[in-house]
Amino acid sequence: MSDFELQPKRSDAIEKAASESVPVTGQEASPLFKQLKGFWVTFSTMFKKPLVVEYPEVKVETQPRFHGRHQLNRYEDGLEKCIGCELCAWACPADAIYVEGENNTEGNQISPGERHAKVYQINYLRCIFCGLCIEACPTRALTMTNEYEIADDKREKLIWEKEDLLAPLRAGMLMPPHPMYPGSDHHTYYRGEIKEAHPSQEVNK
Amino acid sequence: MSEYASILLDDPVWMIVVKGLLVFVLCVLLTLAAVYGERKIVARMQLRVGPNRAGPGGMLVSLADGVKLALKEDIIPKAADRIVFILAPVISAATCFLAFAVIPMTGKVMFFGEETIMQLTDIPVGVLYVLAATSIGVYGIVLAGWSSGSTYPLLGGLRSSAQVISYEIAMGLSFVAVFMYAGSMSTGDIVQAQSQWWNAVVLFPSFVIYVISMVGETNRAPFDLAEAEGELVGGFHTEYSSLKFALFFLAEYVNIIAVSALATTLFLGGPSAPPGLGFTESWLGGWFTFIWFLLKVFLFFFLFVWLRGTLPRLRYDQFMKFGWKVLIPVSVLWILVVATLRLLTQQGASQFLIAAFTGGVVLVVLIATSLYESSKKRAEEEARYVPEMPAPKFPVPALPKAKIEEVE
Repeated sequence: MSDFELQPKRSDAIEKAASESVPVTGQEASPLFKQLKGFWVTFSTMFKKPLVVEYPEVKVETQPRFHGRHQLNRYEDGLEKCIGCELCAWACPADAIYVEGENNTEGNQISPGERHAKVYQINYLRCIFCGLCIEACPTRALTMTNEYEIADDKREKLIWEKEDLLAPLRAGMLMPPHPMYPGSDHHTYYRGEIKEAHPSQEVNK
Repeated sequence: MSEYASILLDDPVWMIVVKGLLVFVLCVLLTLAAVYGERKIVARMQLRVGPNRAGPGGMLVSLADGVKLALKEDIIPKAADRIVFILAPVISAATCFLAFAVIPMTGKVMFFGEETIMQLTDIPVGVLYVLAATSIGVYGIVLAGWSSGSTYPLLGGLRSSAQVISYEIAMGLSFVAVFMYAGSMSTGDIVQAQSQWWNAVVLFPSFVIYVISMVGETNRAPFDLAEAEGELVGGFHTEYSSLKFALFFLAEYVNIIAVSALATTLFLGGPSAPPGLGFTESWLGGWFTFIWFLLKVFLFFFLFVWLRGTLPRLRYDQFMKFGWKVLIPVSVLWILVVATLRLLTQQGASQFLIAAFTGGVVLVVLIATSLYESSKKRAEEEARYVPEMPAPKFPVPALPKAKIEEVE
């Protein structure tokens, strides 16, 4: 093997590619001209329409699946969906959720089935709105709304209690505690077979 | 003694006091307007709308800012030199107002039954006085940096002093041509000397040099190295808060307005209307000239804002190189040319000689530029040149390039 063979050979194709890879365009324009071009950019921008959204007056609607503040949902007869299982709290990477479960009793039926949440708190100073709690929730009790104006001026105000998070009562709903729909169990609730409150549920309240 | 100076000389004492007060009020009001204007204009350049909360269209934002600054806690660091620390912003703010004393803001006007000019005083060395006043302002910055007892302010203060001193030389040199043309250093005479043509046209290179150096002088973008936020926190005023900081803030803006006003006086004919448009003393003269003055000042102020909105900050060494190796030599050469031309015309040299000289200068400049360009190009080519490596004396594996060839 001679020294001659070891020398790198440069083919025409490689030479061509090398010459093409050097950016030649724009080199011809003088630097002064380029600078003036920049001045024109800023000057002409002055007469364009600003992109600003005048926020407090004008509110842009969020995307439908925007991660806003949470909501604790209800079944159609008003019973809460939350069963106090704490899976949301366990899923939370920011440790923002605190749940204390409690047994449902005869006179204190808050949700269908055995358990309900006695305490349910979300600390919005910690929440990162990742939505893992929503994914963890087995009964779709916890979902997120599109509401994003949560800012406040006191730390205490940013720990939202269960009352703050609960969905409002809609038509046909009754404020718990009240007994479950006659002849139903938590499976019927879960399958969505309960469409509205039964009159007997109110009577026995 | 010029006509201007003699009009000002018979001012009664009460008028001088009132004028002094008016100058002060005008500076403060212009500062308020300038802060608002700058924020609005820069915002529009960035597709924003700028302040729009306080007052109609956000017009009271600078006032609200001032109140906010005044109500903030005033902190003096333990390591600070108390007296100098308090003195520094005072020096800074006081000196920039001084420059306004010799700026003519109107033509001849009637003021409470007294013919006068809206100018505090007209001294024979007026422009030098402005230079002196602005350079004393540097003390404010340097002392602020030093007395803070902290590293970043010190670095910012030192940078600033180096910067202002460097650019003051170029600034002073750009005045020389104006002095030669007007035959005087008094601002009033210089304004009168521009009744035919503005100096900005006749002495265009001087004008350009002045405009560049006035940006350097006032520590504004792209030359705002003294308070480069990314590098020096806040620069010399890092440790300042409350009213003392407000004084620096005020000083910066009054300084900008002062250099703009000086540029107006020296290069754009001061408060007089643009020549050649038929504006006379009787038609839109008098107090109306104040509008011309303000318009011209705003023009320069807009330039400041435009620069800020367009250019990124220079690197320190580039900035210094530009000042010392470009601005100063160029202005010295320009002065030589102007002086020669002036001498030739005054001694009644023939038109041919003047034209020959001018042509010669243009030729030399063109040759120098082309030589410079070609040498730059050659240097670039040399930098791009990669020498061919000699064949190694020991066996080495073939380079990947050889392999590419095989594939093809």
